[in-house]
Amino acid sequence: MIQPSLWHVLQPKWRTALQRLREERDNGGYGKMIIITGVGSLFWAGVFGVLYKILKTLRGVEDLGPLIPAKILGLVLLSFISILVLSNVITALSSFFLAKDLDLLVSAPVDWLRLYLAKLGETLIHSSWMVALMAVPILTAYGVVYKGGPLFALYALIAIVPMLVLPAVLGSALTLILVNIFPARRTRDLLSIIALGAAAGVILLFRIIRPEQLARPEGFRNLLDFLTVLRTPTSPFLPSEWSTKAIMGFLRHDFDPLPLILLWTTAAAFVTLGALLHRAMYAQGFTKAQEGAERFIRGGFWRWTVSGLLRGLPVAKREFVLKDIRLFFRDTTQWSQLILLAVLVVVYLFNIQALPLHRGEPVGFYYVNLVSFLNLGLAGFVLASIAARFIFPTVSLEGRQMWLLRSSPLDLKALLWSKYLVGTLPLLILGLLLTGLTNVLLEVSSFMMILSLATMAALTLAIGALALGFGALYPQFETENAAQIPTSFGGLVFMMATIALLAGVLVTLARAVYTYVRAAFDGQPLGVTPEMVGWFVAAAALCAAATVIPLRLALRRMETFEF
Amino acid sequence: MIRLQNLTKNYGSFVAVDDISLHVPRGVLFGCLGPNGAGKTTTLRMIAGILRPTQGRVLLGGDDVHANPLAAKQRLGFIPDRPFVYDKLTGAEFLRFVAGLYGQEGDPVERRIAELLEVFELTSWQNELIEAYSHGMRQKLIISSALIHRPECIVVDEPMVGLDPKAARLLKDIFRQFVAKGGTVLMSTHTLEVAEAMCDQIAIIQHGKIVAAGTVTDVRREHQAGNASLEELFLKLTGGAQVRELAEVLGK
Repeated sequence: MIQPSLWHVLQPKWRTALQRLREERDNGGYGKMIIITGVGSLFWAGVFGVLYKILKTLRGVEDLGPLIPAKILGLVLLSFISILVLSNVITALSSFFLAKDLDLLVSAPVDWLRLYLAKLGETLIHSSWMVALMAVPILTAYGVVYKGGPLFALYALIAIVPMLVLPAVLGSALTLILVNIFPARRTRDLLSIIALGAAAGVILLFRIIRPEQLARPEGFRNLLDFLTVLRTPTSPFLPSEWSTKAIMGFLRHDFDPLPLILLWTTAAAFVTLGALLHRAMYAQGFTKAQEGAERFIRGGFWRWTVSGLLRGLPVAKREFVLKDIRLFFRDTTQWSQLILLAVLVVVYLFNIQALPLHRGEPVGFYYVNLVSFLNLGLAGFVLASIAARFIFPTVSLEGRQMWLLRSSPLDLKALLWSKYLVGTLPLLILGLLLTGLTNVLLEVSSFMMILSLATMAALTLAIGALALGFGALYPQFETENAAQIPTSFGGLVFMMATIALLAGVLVTLARAVYTYVRAAFDGQPLGVTPEMVGWFVAAAALCAAATVIPLRLALRRMETFEF
Repeated sequence: MIRLQNLTKNYGSFVAVDDISLHVPRGVLFGCLGPNGAGKTTTLRMIAGILRPTQGRVLLGGDDVHANPLAAKQRLGFIPDRPFVYDKLTGAEFLRFVAGLYGQEGDPVERRIAELLEVFELTSWQNELIEAYSHGMRQKLIISSALIHRPECIVVDEPMVGLDPKAARLLKDIFRQFVAKGGTVLMSTHTLEVAEAMCDQIAIIQHGKIVAAGTVTDVRREHQAGNASLEELFLKLTGGAQVRELAEVLGK
């Protein structure tokens, strides 16, 4: 029997992608495309600019000049490979075992090799596109600084592609083995905890070793020791090291074909071994993946705790809040993100504590207040990112069950209110904790403490409303994975709106804080002037508008939802 | 009980439901028949308040579903054709949640949940996450959720899909008893035997319009179909009789 081509097996995927692009273009018009291209270009330009400056500076340095760029590239590619293995393991689980098209493909007379290659390709593209895009400005900076010429683009592609293939094969093979041991749904839970735990561990470790100390001259005991470390490859067996050697060899006009041969032959060998493993274990694993993660829940925990606290609420609102809390804590892909969040908070506070501010000089007071004030913006940004991850997707996640909510007499206001409460209350507690603890560490005056806490409370209420509002204005009802929803266009618009709000509030309050700090600096009596009250009222009005308007718009939009 | 007045639904230039007017009296089991894409599901979803009509209105017990939705929906139990529910809730939690949406709680709800789970043989599954339920079990759970608040009328899209013969029979009995006690059922179905055996009245929808309505006898008489079965009548009215011979399609 003639087998369908790989291109044919992948046809639904690329046709869907093309259609989605067409729909995006038709729905959003050129405005959407301009915003996405603008933000993307800005990011690329930023990465390129910073690296270009570093490489340009380093090129002029004797001894270290030729070594450090290669080391930087090696480290960047190594971190890419680590990220890729993790993301490939998670993506492979979806594409090889949980995807909706598998029943059709497995029941069709498509041979195992085509199925493997099609799914491997799908896994590779899904998990590597972001890393590949990130590599573009980095490699461009190297190409420009070292005058690689137009051929460098093609050469870099040849050196990078096998480096993307290897983690895809490795990730798929790991998933295949795991699924043969645990049911697929359990494996997904397990993997999301492992992945986030690993990420959290790396962040914590990286922060605790305080890399900024390496920049101090007294940190180097001996230049020769340092040079020796730089000359030693990270690991001669890592593909990232081969890619680095291949790229740097080309750029230094010292071409050596060995790294390229190593990369391509290893990739080919890995694909072959991966395919053999797939032939031996896939059928058994796919069967196991059909088993549900049956779990018997006696759980009255939330019913007796949260339900008791919400006793005063109407039953519909109470049941809705309870439902949202249960769904969150029973979905490992959702609650496990809290691990990362906790680590980020610890790192945040660690950074504030490490600031060298208290040296007993009068200028310390100025800096303490400045940091405390600017911290509002930073904490606001952190809260916005958390809201984008947890509050923004909530309306979209109701999509498939909207038939139930719309056919019941549940008032949409109650639905919106419940979602706002469940999302914003924890955010408010976190915001106040972050601001309060930071201010305690900074030893700020009570004026700054009250101002920061009040501003943070108002900002959090507005950020929660903006997240919910934009989530309803740009719903993603087709996406089942909550983590993908914030990366949509609506998520980008939400982040931009929130940054504008943060800037607006900080600019409005800046004058009031300056007046206060100036008075303290000049030794004048400290007090709240009518002008300062005016600025406070303006900031509060801004936050109130950013709270009420998005919620109203969300309600109006939700009334027009059709399913 | 259910009244549709000049109901129209357009999707862009496509007219899915075209100026339908219909009255389903209290105590009647009404069947909505029609080929795929005729506009049945769209009509039912407009009645349930999920879709907004382009024109016309839907009245449930005198309340406009879109002008006065809370009062109208209080009377309604809706059963969709695709059983999408919250996977991470247990069956009992889901039913408690739905009861809450209708403002009901406490011991009467707990008793009702136990009763419905018992009837649909889901008691041993009540503390199991819904993600572990089969398609048929999900359908049974959704049917239970539509009955939990004791509605006056039930709107159901393809009720028998995914049910085993025992559950299908149970559902037929439940609907008949519900109607006998004064309730109203409006259902869409492709299973003509079910419609012929169960429905007091039917409407046949084709290209978004009602092409025939009334009792099966009325429709036969109106279209001079003699003693034709409902299947023959359906094919005559919807153009299905013109399909090519089965053997030709199968290529044998």
